Amino acid sequence: MFKYIIRRLLQLIPVIIGISIVVFMIVHLAPGDPILMMLGEDATPEDYLRLQRIYGFDRPIYEQYLRWAGNAIQGDLGVSIRQGAPVSMLIYSRLPATIELAFVSVLLAVLLGVPLGVLAAIKRQSPVDFFSMVIALLGVSMPGFWVALMLLTYVALNVGWIPMFGRGGSVFYGLWQLITTFDGSELYDGLRYVMLPAISIGTAMMAIITRLTRSSLLEIMGKDYIRTARAKGLTERVVVFKHGLRNALLPVVTVVGIQFGAMLGGAVITETVFAWPGAGRLIVNAIQQRDFPIVQGGVLMMALIFTLVNLTVDLSYAVLNPRIRYD
Amino acid sequence: MKKIIRNRSALVGLILISILLFFAIFANFVVPNDPYDMDIWVSYGAPEWFGEGSKYILGTDDMGRCVLSRIIMGSRISLMVGAVATGSSLILGVFFGAIGAYVGGKTDAIIMRLMDLILSIPSILLAIAIVATLGPGMVNAMIAIAIVRVPQMARVTRSMVLSIKEEDYVQAGKALGFSHGRILFKHILMNCFAPIMVVATLGMGTAIVVEAGLSFLGLGAQPPIISWGRMLAMGREAIRSAPHMTLYPGLAIVFTVLGFNLLGDGLRDIFDPQLKER
Repeated sequence: MFKYIIRRLLQLIPVIIGISIVVFMIVHLAPGDPILMMLGEDATPEDYLRLQRIYGFDRPIYEQYLRWAGNAIQGDLGVSIRQGAPVSMLIYSRLPATIELAFVSVLLAVLLGVPLGVLAAIKRQSPVDFFSMVIALLGVSMPGFWVALMLLTYVALNVGWIPMFGRGGSVFYGLWQLITTFDGSELYDGLRYVMLPAISIGTAMMAIITRLTRSSLLEIMGKDYIRTARAKGLTERVVVFKHGLRNALLPVVTVVGIQFGAMLGGAVITETVFAWPGAGRLIVNAIQQRDFPIVQGGVLMMALIFTLVNLTVDLSYAVLNPRIRYD
Repeated sequence: MKKIIRNRSALVGLILISILLFFAIFANFVVPNDPYDMDIWVSYGAPEWFGEGSKYILGTDDMGRCVLSRIIMGSRISLMVGAVATGSSLILGVFFGAIGAYVGGKTDAIIMRLMDLILSIPSILLAIAIVATLGPGMVNAMIAIAIVRVPQMARVTRSMVLSIKEEDYVQAGKALGFSHGRILFKHILMNCFAPIMVVATLGMGTAIVVEAGLSFLGLGAQPPIISWGRMLAMGREAIRSAPHMTLYPGLAIVFTVLGFNLLGDGLRDIFDPQLKER
């Protein structure tokens, strides 16, 4: 197991190098002069020369890449053109909000999706099953940002205590505070704000989880060992939850991992709708202002998080399914 | 075709898509009003449904233009961007996937690592970044969507080709001295058609959602071209006074994507009966 983890970590290195090249190229493959693109039409020759020197655009392309990547490893992602602040600092200040939103969304999707999928599988061909399938189909067909707009229009505008925009307290810190001091005010404040964005982002994931849990559990329930378990006289509850669900959840874990990336991407647009102060909104604003160092750094960070989540998912297999051997 | 009609989900999907195609093709004839015609006296007008003398069934937008007519016109862009992007990613993906699986070895390794690389960046984010660099616009949006969709097509094709490659009839073709091209295209790819069509159909839905997202951020089709994503962006400014501006274009997207998802699911059940058992 330890060897496997080390090997997987080593395999990450070429992937990360690849990602960094792609992200670097995104700006450099652009047609036209990147400096003029950043500066816009009203650039003065002095600005032009200054930027050319700062970004080293007069050097050969591989030298530019090595310099950028070398700095990035040390945590230096350059300086924002519009805000003048270090990009790494800007991203660092926005990341907690994005991670919190993603975390709450996944939690919501799993907490609603798994039970609904289980119910649908147990009560097959029942109204519950039909309802769950409708939810599953609609959920994957609705763009997250439209769900966001609908929630704003029909929920936030009508329910006074649900705010429309921005972020309240930190949910993580609020939870900590509730545990340590029994003071739930920060948690309440955080949840109030995070609720609608999390539903918008989590809906599609919930739909996928519901559907997968249902089909996966149905498949497992047809296996021989389930029949054996029933024959032993175990209660249906133990059969379903201990023998069935535990095995059925393996593909669900994979999908949660894969969908996490889609969620990070989708969050970019949803964050914009709710004015959620996360990294996604930072990137979108940077695109609109042609602030390319932020775009580069932001996409790099998101891709890295995505890669690490996928690794974690792969590793969690070993814990969930001891039958899988890694050598 | 008979199987499609017997499969409920495929049938509903097909009907939804047919209705949509009808509206897209004959948009010029079925629109109740000129979608570009501004009637500023009734801007933000609420839906009038089918009341007596109602002119704007789904209301009007910020400039008093008929929302229903604009949704009908907008269907063209969604379908076109979706089809062109999915088609391009299909051609590229099938090409790379098939070559990789057929040739194997280093070629395969390089192609698949490249695909993994594209997959390692969240796709909407990558699409946004690509359009941001190339510049906003419909063609660039198509290019971006096509690029992020290639890996999935390549993976499906590759796995299919890998399994079919070992079939007896392919070996027979090789023994008869057929050219690689003939074996690959005539004997192998023809037999991968079904699963690839399933992925492409489901991919249409994804492509349309991504297009709407790009347009919503102002990175897709630019005015005066009408796109659903842009209509939502306009509606967002007026959710208090004119919620119909976001409700109906969004519903149009949902029904379109739903249609492709249902058809894709149905086709998968038809082509792979084992899956349906679940």
